[in-house]
Formats: sequence, structure tokens, C-alpha cells
Amino acid sequence: MNWLTNVVRPKIRSFLRREVPENLWVKCPETGQMVFHKDLEANQFVIPGSNYHMRMGAATRLKSLFDGGVFEEIALPEVAVDPLKFRDERRYTDRLKDARTKTGMQDAIKVGYGTLDELPVVATVQDFDFMGGSLGMAAGEALIRGFETAVEKATPFILFASSGGARMQEGILSLMQMPRTTVGVEMLKDAGLPYIVVLTNPTTGGVTASYAMLGDIHIAEPGALIGFAGPRVIEQTIREKLPDGFQRAEYLREHGMVDMVVHRHDMRATLSRLARIMTKAPAATNAHDIPASPLPVPAEQPPAMAGFTP
Amino acid sequence: MRSYLDFEKPVAELEAKIEELRALEGGDAGVSVGDELHRLETRAAQTLQDLYEDLTPWQKTQVARHPQRPHCIDYVSALVTEFTPFAGDRAFGDDDAIIGGFGRFGGESICILGHEKGSTTEARIKHNFGMAKPEGYRKAVRLMRMADRFGIPVISLVDTAGAYPGIGAEERGQAEAIARSTATCLELGVPNVAVILGEGGSGGAIAIATANRVLMLEHAVYSVISPEGAASILWRDTTKAQDAATNMKITAQDLIRFGVIDSIVPEPMGGAHRDPAGTIAATGEAITAAFKALAHLDRDAIRRQRREKFLAIGRTLG
Repeated sequence: MNWLTNVVRPKIRSFLRREVPENLWVKCPETGQMVFHKDLEANQFVIPGSNYHMRMGAATRLKSLFDGGVFEEIALPEVAVDPLKFRDERRYTDRLKDARTKTGMQDAIKVGYGTLDELPVVATVQDFDFMGGSLGMAAGEALIRGFETAVEKATPFILFASSGGARMQEGILSLMQMPRTTVGVEMLKDAGLPYIVVLTNPTTGGVTASYAMLGDIHIAEPGALIGFAGPRVIEQTIREKLPDGFQRAEYLREHGMVDMVVHRHDMRATLSRLARIMTKAPAATNAHDIPASPLPVPAEQPPAMAGFTP
Repeated sequence: MRSYLDFEKPVAELEAKIEELRALEGGDAGVSVGDELHRLETRAAQTLQDLYEDLTPWQKTQVARHPQRPHCIDYVSALVTEFTPFAGDRAFGDDDAIIGGFGRFGGESICILGHEKGSTTEARIKHNFGMAKPEGYRKAVRLMRMADRFGIPVISLVDTAGAYPGIGAEERGQAEAIARSTATCLELGVPNVAVILGEGGSGGAIAIATANRVLMLEHAVYSVISPEGAASILWRDTTKAQDAATNMKITAQDLIRFGVIDSIVPEPMGGAHRDPAGTIAATGEAITAAFKALAHLDRDAIRRQRREKFLAIGRTLG
């Protein structure tokens, strides 16, 4: 960092950040392979060689789902800020400020309403870049608003989960988001609307132990870490090394916790198909005519999932 | 033998002296210790009161975990007649970390379940220190659904450091089991009352604590993560557990202010372990009062009250 980047105000820095990726190379966390950012973006943030699914930001994810990348962003309720006046090594309010600057988001969740192959759906995305996608009061209210929107509009509800769990800086009030978001799930259930959960890397803690494991259908992205307790906590508790692939998407599929592991390139088509079948809507006839986003999806098929090692 | 917590040392010393004097008095040396005994007893009581009137959150955590604190089984055997324990989740196995069954409370049919930590080394191992596995939560779900079907109210007694983090627990879907249990609480058309007896540890607690009325013992703690866990994650320093306990606002007195719990059950001076029978009786009365306040609600209203109560949490904070 030179003196100039040091003096620009945080807001401007985030603006610059957004411009930079054009020239960036991204390293595959698994193989170390270097990928040009633009190529990665064009490939829906899946590393072309290794098939490693990189994290996807909330806005990008919503764009990749809805027809033409167009959706209505649902306004989210404001919540009390830092009710505990929490401070660990740093003030919680400072951490929040940083996360807002870094992501340009108010909190960890975005809710969109739009069409998927012309079928109206509500989709909610957790952004791991915002304080680990943690579930606090704002995220809880956002989810509840998401569920309510689906009920109002009588649409399926699709969740892209990604979170380290509860936001500890909000203490008990973050824990209370577990039953609160579950009330949201119950409202959707009462309305007879399908709830499809897409578990992405990573989804753990209080998030899996509430709304993210209560879907009608659970889909996981390849290699995603999904579990209740984090691997480190388990290792410390049992003092044993964890088996290979433990808590990965494929492991959960094997143990009956998810219905399917779906490559990101097939995600949109899978969600569209399921949303239609579950709402008894006719099959999409024009699915191919409506690209998800302005970005082209590579034509070649991804390698068989069986060969994928997380 | 009473065991003392670190911060109770001044009381421990005084009470040890009292014991010595009592032993003398009983002897045939003819020593008159009445005055001295009285003086010491007054001082011990005053010291205890001074300590307990102003417990720090970290001290409360220690009281909540006191090995002699009455546990779930003690409450069940004192409050419920004809208690008949049930076992198993009908899928994988039984889990003694959550005990539960049916019996009578105040003469009426009741479903009661809760975390049991165990009071002896042997019992602690049998009950896995109150840390439940998926089958424990699935047994809770089974019992709650049965209670709902037969129109029998549910009492849940919460006392856990958290759900068990282990390979088998993950394999069998710990997260899903907890989530389903919370959802089941929300679906009940019968009233349920939860009491945080000692430790209300995160998701493992909320799974059975999503109730129409949530009561909490005076020195119990309820939090999203243990103070030690928060210290290690947020401070990267396990010795900061005291700071974490203070910052996280885990005491009954904090939580009633946040609207997270509905009422506090007072404990005897010096904590529940100094008078288990009195504590249990007071808890029983508080539970009766809680059910009474819900008695006029029909099934739909019971469900609505529970949902609205949880949705309201946090919405009216400054």
C-alpha cells in the first residue's frame, strides 16, 4: 500500500476496490492455480481447472439467479445498533463500520424478488464477506422480511446460506435469531410454499442449527463445509483427527442431510425446475432463452461430480 | 461436604471456624462457645450476602455450574409425581443428556424434559455432562409432539453448556436435530414453559427453550457461546473469559431487561445449592403461575403468542 491508498477515505477505497479486480489474479485455495479474475467471474466464480467453488457475493449471486440479472431488492428493516455496547479487542461498532465499507452492504443479507424462468421467486443471500455472514439482529430481521415477502407474493423461497454462525457481538440477541428465523420458516410452511436451501461454503453454527437446515429441499455446492460445530472445536473436544471430507457437502449427502450436491453451473436450472415442480407450475419452455445474468455461462459440461474431491 | 467456589473463600473460612466451634461445643470440655458462634454465624451470613448481592457475571457463571447445584433430575423427582421416563428417538438410540417423560404436575398430566448434567462422576459420564447429541433432541421432539397430540402441557428444564460437538453427532445431523426441535417448540398447540436452571448454552439450549414463557433462576446464565468460547474466538485469549462474561450480558438481570426472559426465580442467599428443596419449590410455584397466565389461550392463540413473543424480541430496544 502506498501513501496515496493510505490517505483515501474508506468509502472511496471500497469504490476503488471494486474497480481493481479487472487486473487481479486469483489463487485457487485448493491447487494454487492462478486464475484471471475476469475469467473466474465469467465462470461464476468456479475455478475452471479444479472446479473449486469460490465464495460469491450476495449481489452477484442474486444477479446470477434472476432472469436477465434483474430483480427488486427488498428494503430491510433497521435494527438497534450494538445493544450490548460490545467490545472485545475492538469495538463492535468499528467492526460493523469496516464491514460496511468493505462490502458496501448494510449487513450480511440481501433479499431479492424477481423471476426465475418467468416464475416469481424470493431469494435471500448471506454474504460471508460481511463479518463471516454472521446472524445478528439485522440478518434475522432480513430473513423474516424475506419469508414474509414470499408469503405476501405467494412465491417459493430460495436461500443461499453462507455463515460462520451467530454474531457473538450481539450476545443473546443473536441467539434469539434462531427461534425468530424459525418463526419465518413456519410462516412459509403454513402458507404451503416451498423452501429451498442452497448450502454454500461455509455454513455452520447457529445458522445450520436453525433456518438453514429446515428447508423442504437441501442443495449443497460441491466441497462446501457444512456443519454444526466447527472442525477445530470438534478436534479439540475429541482430540482426534477428523476423517477426510468430514462436514463437506458430499459427506452430508452421504449421511442424508442434503438431497443433492449441485455444481454452480447447474444451480439455476435445478432451482428453476424444482421451484416449478413444487408449485405445480408448468415446465419452463423457454428456459434457454433467458440467461441468468449478462455473463455467459460456459457451454462445456463440468467434470463428473464423482471425481470431485473437496 | 459443601464445596466452595474461589470467590467464596472468605465464607468458607468463616464456616470452617463455625464447624470447629460446633464440634467443641458438642464435646465434654464444657467450653461455652455460644457468643463466639453467634458472632461468627452473623459474620458468615453477612459476608455471604455481600458477595451474592453483587455477583459479577463470571461469578454467576461459576454458581450456575456449581457441582452441588440442583439438576434436572432433582426438579423432576420433587415436582412431578408418577414420573415415567421415556427413552429413545425411535431412529438411532437414546441420549441420557436429555431426560424426559410424562407424569403429573400439581395433579395434572405433564410432559417434562430437560438436560441432565449428572451429580456424581459416574452420572456425569452417563449423561455426557448434559451435552446432548442429535438423538437427545429427536427424543425431545418425539415427546413434545406426543404431548401436543394428547393436549398435555410441556415443561422444559434447560441446563447445558451446549450441544455435543463430536463426529457422530455431526454425522447424524446435530444442526438439523436442534433446528427441528426449535421448530417443534414453535408448532406446539399446548402451552410450554422453559426454565433456565443453570447454564443456557447456545443452540443446545434454545432447542428446548423456545417457549410461551421462559423463566430463569436468579444466578443462571444464558448465552450464545460460553464465556471461555467467546474469549478464545473474539479475544484469542482464553484467560479473557471474565471480560467475555461481562460483555456478553448473560445474567438473568440483563436478559429480563432485553425482554429475552419473562421472569426470574429467586434463589436462596448463597445460591440454589445452599437450599435445593427451597429452590425447587420456588421454581415449581413459578411454573404453576406461568401456566396459569396461559390457561385462557386456545391452541391457535398459544401458537400465536409464542411466535409473537419471539418476533418481538429485540424490536423495542433503543
